[in-house]
Amino acid sequence: MSLLSVENISKRYANGVLAVDDVSLSVAPGEIVGIVGESGCGKSTTAKIILKLLEPDRGTVRFAGHDLADVRGRRLRSLRARFQLVPQSPQTALDPRMTVGAAIAFNLRVHGWSRAKIPDRVDEMLDQVGIAPRLRDRYPHELSGGQVQRVAIARALATGPDLLVCDEAVSALDKSVQAQVLNLLARLQRERGIAILFISHDLGVVEHLCDRVAVMYLGRVVEEGPAEEIWARPRHPYTQALLSAIPGESRSRIVLAGDPPDPADAPAGCAFHTRCPRAVEECARRRPDLLPLAAPHRDACALSTSAVPV
Amino acid sequence: MSAPEDTPLLEIEHLSVTFGAAHAVRDVSLRLDPGGTVVVLGESGSGKSVTARSVLRLPGRRASVRGRIRLAGCDLFALDEKAMRQVRGRDIGFVPQDPNSSLDPLRRIGTQVEEVLQVHGAVADRRARRARVAELLALVGIPNPARTARSYPHELSGGMRQRVVIAMAVACAPRLIIADEPTTALDVTVQAQVLDLFTTLQRELGTALLLVTHDVGVAAELAADVVVMYAGRIVERGPAAAVLTAPAHPYTAGLLGARPRPGLRRGELAAIPGGPPPATEVVDAACAFAPRCGRAEPACSATAPELRDVGPGRAAACLLPIAPLQEVGA
Repeated sequence: MSLLSVENISKRYANGVLAVDDVSLSVAPGEIVGIVGESGCGKSTTAKIILKLLEPDRGTVRFAGHDLADVRGRRLRSLRARFQLVPQSPQTALDPRMTVGAAIAFNLRVHGWSRAKIPDRVDEMLDQVGIAPRLRDRYPHELSGGQVQRVAIARALATGPDLLVCDEAVSALDKSVQAQVLNLLARLQRERGIAILFISHDLGVVEHLCDRVAVMYLGRVVEEGPAEEIWARPRHPYTQALLSAIPGESRSRIVLAGDPPDPADAPAGCAFHTRCPRAVEECARRRPDLLPLAAPHRDACALSTSAVPV
Repeated sequence: MSAPEDTPLLEIEHLSVTFGAAHAVRDVSLRLDPGGTVVVLGESGSGKSVTARSVLRLPGRRASVRGRIRLAGCDLFALDEKAMRQVRGRDIGFVPQDPNSSLDPLRRIGTQVEEVLQVHGAVADRRARRARVAELLALVGIPNPARTARSYPHELSGGMRQRVVIAMAVACAPRLIIADEPTTALDVTVQAQVLDLFTTLQRELGTALLLVTHDVGVAAELAADVVVMYAGRIVERGPAAAVLTAPAHPYTAGLLGARPRPGLRRGELAAIPGGPPPATEVVDAACAFAPRCGRAEPACSATAPELRDVGPGRAAACLLPIAPLQEVGA
């Protein structure tokens, strides 16, 4: 059974932007699932809905079998201990006036830990992420960016979550430091079986870390499947262009015309048809579904090989 | 400004920049030939941006600058501020990371591009200037130049705004473009377009490019000469193809090893331990990378290595450089 199951969620903001449009995805226990896409594709809105920081207009989010729409108050809090956010920016992730130890302790108190047990747990968590427990009394500005991001991970881990939601969690870090955090996330998955929903615009990082990947464009998932499979044989023309755009790689470049369309004024039919090098007339009329249903590798393109009955 | 053929376009000699106790750039020298490309590669705090901005004489507030920078033989540090303002925009175009910082949100795109032409007296006639604005916007790949000229910055996407800034940078046909992380704020498909645009503009206009980036991929993409900086110093330089495939300096090797790359699937990345030293704590008499370096020996903490030849057109500042075609750590 899925640990996290997102079923047909949609969200339209007050300004008319349909940020998330009928998105479904799932994360199994111990699985690392990536969401990739460019700015405005809806990946962060999807994360907020999953964390119940935002209510979807339609659709259901289930965590460990609980429909998040039905849980609130104390039950929501105890459920939240099991899915924790690792935010983007190490600078804003932690309160600058709180020592890193206090930040971790605060999260434990919120989730009802007894005061007596908290100090040991804080040290244990710092140790887990490779930070000497003696640094617990330091303030965030006294630590490096990589250390602060590891503290943010320690804070998320403290409540014993089954799922970490990482929203651009390594994007702000220098590459030499980013590797430390990626190694830590991989180890947490391997040794503690923690599942991770990893949201990033950095394709190289996603390929490295994730078992499965969902590619989003303008609020919709356009391709989904095993990471290796997608990197080796991308099916959707958008995925193909995206992977070909990674600088310094040997894939032959598919240069897309123009920019992603304004999400407030999304094209009819397939949202990608305005930039798609392969678009035909039909693409402007009909919006393709993710096919084949229930297959491990699916894509939403009218011209895809998977859409043609063999 | 005119100079003999063999004069480099840009010559930076022994540049040092300090901000109080912080020594941001330490004895940096580099040269760029007319029409050439140099990529300055480094992580945050390496001094790469301060180096680039020093060429514009805009290193940042309270900076104290030593050394010499010559553009086509002309000593930029000897110019008065008025002359320097003419150099910026006319001889050197600048493309910053965030296009919003160089666009006025309250004025139309066309007016702002036109202003560059006007200030530098590039095109005197008003009507000709308007036509030139449309040409420039078309040159940088803006689909509807006339309509875009009438737009305000907020009406354009990030990628389009960055194109406008590039149009402004090349408006007066400068001999040098300085670009500071010009694609970092852009989405990857748009980044690819902008990198292609730089290459095209260089080919068409013969402009030289000094591009600052933290992204090894961008450096490889431009396939230029690359200068790797760490803690304010140049630690390695040479052709990108050689430096990025067989690095001589352990820091360059570390930077490459830390990158996720295909086929490594969740395997351990060779992270460089620790972090770069703060600019206030770098000492002159030691290799700044030694505390994080797996190859370091006691001598590395006692002497600052000079840049020495390590191959054709290549140099590295390391007492124990990695020999070419030899395995890392062997």
